[in-house]
Amino acid sequence: MLEQLPVLSLLIWLPLLSGILVLLSPGDKMLVWSQRFGVVVSLAVLALSVWLLAAFDTTTAEFQFVERGDWIPSLNIGYELGVDGIALPLVVLTGLINLLVLFGSTHSVKFRQTQFVAAVLLLTGAMNGVFLAQDSILFYVFWEAMLIPMFLMIGIWGGPNRIYATIKFFLYTFFGSIFMLVALIYMGRETGDFSIQAMQDMPLSGTEQSWIFWAFLLAFAVKIPMVPVHTWLPDAHVEAPTGGSVILAAIMLKMGGYGFLRFSLPIAPDAAGAYANLIIVLSLIAIVYIGFVALAQKDMKKLIAYSSIAHMGFVTLGTFIILKLINMDAQSMAVQGAMVQMVSHGLVSGALFFCIGVLYDRLHTRNISDYGGVVNSMPVFATLLMLFIFANAGLPGTSGFVGEFFVIISSFQADWRIALFAGLTLVLGAAYSLWFYKRVIFGKAANDKIERLDDINIRERSVLIILALLVIALGVYPQFLINIMQPSIEQLIQLTNSSKLGG
Amino acid sequence: MTIQAQLLIAVLAPLVGAILAGLLGKKIGKVATHRVTIAGVLISFIISVRWFFGFLWGDATAVDVTVYEWARFGEVTIQIGFLLDSLTSIMMLVVTFVSLMVHIYSIGYMHDDSGYQRFFSYISLFTFSMLMLVMSNNFLQLFFGWEAVGVVSYLLIGFWYQKDSATFANMKAFLVNRVGDFGFLLGIGAIFLLFGTFDYAPIFKTMGQAEELVSLGSQQKVNALALVGLDHSFPVWGELEWSAISFICICLFIGAMGKSAQVPLHVWLPDSMEGPTPISALIHAATMVTAGVFMVARMSPLFEFSETALGMVTLIGAITALFMGLVAIVQNDIKRIIAYSTLSQLGYMVVALGVSAYSAAIFHLFTHAFFKALLFLGAGSVIVALHHEQDIRKMGGLYKKLPITYWCTLIGTLALIGTPLFSGFYSKDTIISAVAASEGGFSGFAHFAVLAGVLVTAIYSIRLLILVFHGKTRMEQEQFNHLTESPRVITWPLIALAIPSLLAGFVFAKDLLFRSFFDDSIMVLEQHDVLASVEQYFGDALSFALHGVMSPVFLMLVAGVVIAIVVYGWAPRFITMWAVFLKPVKKLLEKKYFFDEFNQYVFARGSHWLGQVFWRYGDKAVIDEGIIDGGTNAIKVIASKVRKLQTGYLFHYALFMLIGLVGFLAWLLFKG
Repeated sequence: MLEQLPVLSLLIWLPLLSGILVLLSPGDKMLVWSQRFGVVVSLAVLALSVWLLAAFDTTTAEFQFVERGDWIPSLNIGYELGVDGIALPLVVLTGLINLLVLFGSTHSVKFRQTQFVAAVLLLTGAMNGVFLAQDSILFYVFWEAMLIPMFLMIGIWGGPNRIYATIKFFLYTFFGSIFMLVALIYMGRETGDFSIQAMQDMPLSGTEQSWIFWAFLLAFAVKIPMVPVHTWLPDAHVEAPTGGSVILAAIMLKMGGYGFLRFSLPIAPDAAGAYANLIIVLSLIAIVYIGFVALAQKDMKKLIAYSSIAHMGFVTLGTFIILKLINMDAQSMAVQGAMVQMVSHGLVSGALFFCIGVLYDRLHTRNISDYGGVVNSMPVFATLLMLFIFANAGLPGTSGFVGEFFVIISSFQADWRIALFAGLTLVLGAAYSLWFYKRVIFGKAANDKIERLDDINIRERSVLIILALLVIALGVYPQFLINIMQPSIEQLIQLTNSSKLGG
Repeated sequence: MTIQAQLLIAVLAPLVGAILAGLLGKKIGKVATHRVTIAGVLISFIISVRWFFGFLWGDATAVDVTVYEWARFGEVTIQIGFLLDSLTSIMMLVVTFVSLMVHIYSIGYMHDDSGYQRFFSYISLFTFSMLMLVMSNNFLQLFFGWEAVGVVSYLLIGFWYQKDSATFANMKAFLVNRVGDFGFLLGIGAIFLLFGTFDYAPIFKTMGQAEELVSLGSQQKVNALALVGLDHSFPVWGELEWSAISFICICLFIGAMGKSAQVPLHVWLPDSMEGPTPISALIHAATMVTAGVFMVARMSPLFEFSETALGMVTLIGAITALFMGLVAIVQNDIKRIIAYSTLSQLGYMVVALGVSAYSAAIFHLFTHAFFKALLFLGAGSVIVALHHEQDIRKMGGLYKKLPITYWCTLIGTLALIGTPLFSGFYSKDTIISAVAASEGGFSGFAHFAVLAGVLVTAIYSIRLLILVFHGKTRMEQEQFNHLTESPRVITWPLIALAIPSLLAGFVFAKDLLFRSFFDDSIMVLEQHDVLASVEQYFGDALSFALHGVMSPVFLMLVAGVVIAIVVYGWAPRFITMWAVFLKPVKKLLEKKYFFDEFNQYVFARGSHWLGQVFWRYGDKAVIDEGIIDGGTNAIKVIASKVRKLQTGYLFHYALFMLIGLVGFLAWLLFKG
């Protein structure tokens, strides 16, 4: 039945149009209905993406469920959609996280709730668009469009310093993506075709590749974010409402990693090879330097934000280490590691920001020192948070381990000293995660407010339990995910391994 | 039932118990909770017994089964699976037996604790994790078990989470172990580079070929490695290179140092005594801390080919065996004395590994599990009777009040110090003889350390016995009169552990050490076979004991006992005298060689300080204030305009973005 429908278009336009509908609805009078509507729509989006997962053919690297239409024929800009093993897990993740945000976190927003629902729906559509677009201009439009709702989310529902954070967020990301646009237009005009496929196939000289690589790097490095263009993230997180933080950490950061895999490596493989050392060093700095910085944080959200940057270091490391490897199995292990790390981080950091939201809703503070002994009044919450904290510290059996393990092991194949620095996360990640947990959760109740806290309610509990089950499932049987991604990743590696120079 | 199904049941039964106790504990109540967890462990125990005796009597052969594929990349597969051989079976027996005893004992010990169900859930989860570790047939699952036992240990050390000292200790334990795991993970990376697999079987096969080449006498070890394709080396710095085999073994051993608490990664073990006493017996004496010893024995085919690594193992083990034993002499907390004793005994096992006497190390692991668990549970019985008093200076004369506890502790103590015929004698004497026969690196120092260690062990053990059970009590008379022996649920496990503490050596020594029991799992090169020289005078268990009585080891033992009795029993004034004369030494021992202070200042505070410096000067000063805010100021005009746009109406923002998009598309169209 679903085969006849343009599923990918639905994944984009259903939430986008529903979002606009909610926006046009008569406002807060219809509050309950708009919230229910939002949940139903995002449930439908998740159902569609899960159907996609079931119907997806895991034996081929070809794009599937392809839709082609004209958009701006005079420029050869098309409305092209398609999904492969790299995009699919991220689409499912998007569906899941947005549903959980609509279900679990609209209640912490105290005003303009309908517009919040609309913003999440618009975000869902735009983010799906980013992952599904096969035309570079279409990709770019969604890429920028996605910023608007997020920008608004922080600007409207954010904390006291939200203006500074929004401007920083906007300038940083806009600054980066402008260069990407220039690169896309340059390549589009050279080939006369704006489809990503055409850009991957086109021959490019070394100089061209370098320019293009750097243009992409600026866009994606800011987004993921890499050191030293990461400082927008902690500020954005601190000011963002819970739902905004969850989406930002769980999905928006993955856009950067996705961009590296979809654009940087296959379009400019020789430049990627030439600059791989730089990226690897920056990734290691992210893992080690940011690990120390996270240790010094006094604000819960900043701590998890910095931990995100360190975890994204594994994504960039896994992506670019393949240029230093010869063995193809080790290469796929590295890219698989990067991808699994993205999905896992989506689940774990999403859950951690949810948890911080749970505490913030009750005590209205994010200072770690205002807490202590939360376990006494919130044992169920403490148990679930512990699971996520251990996943964040990369414990085997949870999803957090899988990606880091693959990336460290495959980096070792290139040079053991890279693995040495990357492996420091074992100690640093555990140190900032467990110390955070100890200060907030353990001990006697720090004050009578904490003593009187209510444990998580059914709504919060179901959100966290769903995430917990997925974190464990992915840790126990990652092959499920690997199997989906493997053909696409192998093809990507072949593209990356073949030089575009000299034919 | 297929072997695979049987092994799965053995592993999963405790997990099911743990999940039921954890999720439904409050609903089903205390009795049902301990019943369901004990049932789970009992099932595992029965299966373990069956396999252990199967291997002992030679009816069983090693099996290697895959349960499922965890991940696959092209040719590389990473699996979850079991390797069941003699080494696995003895570990399973130790783990499930001690775990079963601790489960039963905890019914009494944790009786009034509000976290009763949580406790049983944790210890069953621990049993599952430990079985995953010892039964693994590959490095991934080994690492899983390795970390999982660490987590359960973390949970149990911090079981009383309201105590700051407990939550500090559990974090410390986890982080110190992570330092070891960091080395372990690098070792796994090196193994994958060298062998292209995570599974044991192909690795052992390759090393077996190398061994054949060496044992035929035709090849040197280096050449043999080259012939099987393992003469790889890693660049370190400039010209310096490390041979891959040594690199692997040293990295793996760093992991073992964390888990088996070897100097300098031992610092977490004494603090782990913050946890309830039953878990000190199970995790921090009998099973988890011996995982490192097990792992090195399991990897004997690799270690045999690295003299460097073996030398390092010997040295670290010898230092731990002697110097940690010395600390035990000045401790006053009953559990900490036993903890330092555990460190010292782990050192003995590690020394045995270093001199290639792997089976002696495993045998000492086996006997030590019984008598050390016994000593801990005995201490627990004392602690319960005294309402959680742990300071031995406030005890004394308890043997009349706690007779069963006393006799069991006495048996445990005699086994620990190595009294002939007791289990500890057979394992420890074999280790000492093996070290004496060894020609490996640091074996001279190690011989001195293990001999002196016998003296030290006797002193602190007899001191403990005297100060707790003998002499006049130093408690308030009123309280002393009301003391009663612990309930049967506590004393029966003591008796059940006292029996193997007494007999395990006499019964099993010959079979486990000098017959072919470990032939299918442990590899020893001919030139390293020190146990062969011990075998000469091991006619049978009885004659070995007679031989033991006439050796210098026995003299050290007797000297230690006499010193302890004189100093702590007959003439307590000696204590004050020695305190005066040896003040600096005593201070050094009481401060445990200042390891904690060093770690606290250098690593803990240093890292925090470094984090703050990075954050303030790196992120804030340079990037934010220097580059970003500088840049922002430069385009202040734009920024101020953007600020004006913050009217808060969604409509306005959307409109502006729409205008932007339209403008952009228009531009595109015109350009085209």
